[in-house]
Amino acid sequence: MKLPIFLDNHSTTPVDPRVMEVMLPYFTETFGNAASRNHSFGWEGEKGVATSREQIAQLIHCHPKEIIFTSGATESNNLALKGAAEMYREKGNHIITAVTEHKAILDTAKHLEKEGAVVTYLTVDRDGLIDLEALKAAITDKTILISIMHANNEVGVIQPIAEIGRIAKENGILFHCDATQGVGKLPVDVDAMGIDIMSFSAHKIYGPKGVGGLYVRKKNPRVRLAPIFDGGGHERGMRSGTLNVPGIVGLGMACEIAGKEMLEEAARMKRMRLKLQDHLMKELDEVYLNGHPEKRLPQNLNLSFAYVEGESLLMGLKEIALSSGSACTTASLEPSYVLRALGVGDDLAHSSIRFGLGRFTTDEEIDYVGERVVETVNRLREMSPLYEMAKEGIDLNTVKWTAH
Amino acid sequence: MSYSDKVIDHYSNPRNVGSFDKKDNEVGTGIVGAPECGDVMKLQLKISSGVIEDAKFKTFGCGSAIASSSLATEWVKGKTIDEAFKIKNTEIVSELNLPPVKIHCSVLAEDAIKAAISDYKKKNEKE
Ligand SMILES: Cc1ncc(COP(=O)(O)O)c(C=O)c1O
Repeated sequence: MKLPIFLDNHSTTPVDPRVMEVMLPYFTETFGNAASRNHSFGWEGEKGVATSREQIAQLIHCHPKEIIFTSGATESNNLALKGAAEMYREKGNHIITAVTEHKAILDTAKHLEKEGAVVTYLTVDRDGLIDLEALKAAITDKTILISIMHANNEVGVIQPIAEIGRIAKENGILFHCDATQGVGKLPVDVDAMGIDIMSFSAHKIYGPKGVGGLYVRKKNPRVRLAPIFDGGGHERGMRSGTLNVPGIVGLGMACEIAGKEMLEEAARMKRMRLKLQDHLMKELDEVYLNGHPEKRLPQNLNLSFAYVEGESLLMGLKEIALSSGSACTTASLEPSYVLRALGVGDDLAHSSIRFGLGRFTTDEEIDYVGERVVETVNRLREMSPLYEMAKEGIDLNTVKWTAH
Repeated sequence: MSYSDKVIDHYSNPRNVGSFDKKDNEVGTGIVGAPECGDVMKLQLKISSGVIEDAKFKTFGCGSAIASSSLATEWVKGKTIDEAFKIKNTEIVSELNLPPVKIHCSVLAEDAIKAAISDYKKKNEKE
């Protein structure tokens, strides 16, 4: 087993060697601009891009022409929201999204609010799920777009996408889905799920960084988005700029591999995740699972270890790459807004750790991580005044703290 | 975030972790911070004839909070109450090389020393 161990696969993933292999020739040999129509270099580039569109289309069950290539999911989310807000301005200015969305959605929505859009942020329940009745109730005759993510990047919670798609359709509203954490890990069928626009990113699925895509429906309805960049009119006019051919080829291959291996991989991830969860919950008391126990990404385990602060836990596990919802791991002093939205108290949010399993995670690594986490939590609890007080039977909620 | 060697040292080998009996008249206890804020420090001083003979701490918080309180226990030992009362958070910041976002950890350690001393004083003036 090699150290350090990477268990932060929601932040990014390593490029699969099979992906890198198909990308390499596009840097030095078939390096043509896919928009060059007059020579073989251009044709080769265009062929690589066309293959990628096919591979993606197969994975998400759409037409290859419905894929717009971007620099990643942040751009895709921006294009979806800003492009729809501008294009459908005549129809209305209301957008519905949820409080647990990625910042690339929330900050884009805030930006649009400054420009006159009205945005409803749906809350979520303890498990992280939105309430479909609340969604229906939020719809007005000015609603142009519903944007709800597939799987959450912190707690892995999977929203009822097909139901949301049906509600959107019934009301004649476009449905955008940020499926950055879902595509390639969970089955996606844009027709069956009623998705009109969908964001995804290569680097979350063992492809390269800096490339992603936006699915934009061409029929029933034909979705149009105002571009963010002005330029050469590439990608059906929605996204100008010379295509990142090697990246796009890599994204396509990443999708092909995911399509073939997803089911087997999901089962393996789930087994390992449960093994880690069981190990930690058996050896330690007061460990709490954040997010829905079943409706979650097989790769995702998010736990709060009461009485231990997340950053100090990560510090004790420095040979393991993990992430925490603790404020101390960010520049702000607030703990994770996603955990807060689930109603996890700030104390337990500070104590949370996200384990993100991936394709290359091994059983040996999971066993090692389990042991090291137990050891470190025990050591830090020995040092924790809160653990001591709890063991003395003091209810920490009745203590008067000197908040600073 | 990367930590200074001194923070890592205190985190890995914290000095004086533990507790004294709160009810002991020679013991002053200071508990500062709040769980919702992500840090709580408990600092206890054993004081005899105005001199801090021993100190112990327990801390819930990030590595810098643990290091700040560990350092505080080292510094107060052997000092008179008045000397300990004068320890400034800025001295902790420079000793541990804390970055700006971690300054509140040093403030908390200073507060903990002061809280423990006033607890001791309060306990002993009643009699
Ligand atoms: C749900 C979700 N949306 C969007 C993004 C942004 O993706 P990218 O890094 O490709 O811009 C991420 C990744 O952090 C994500 O997890």
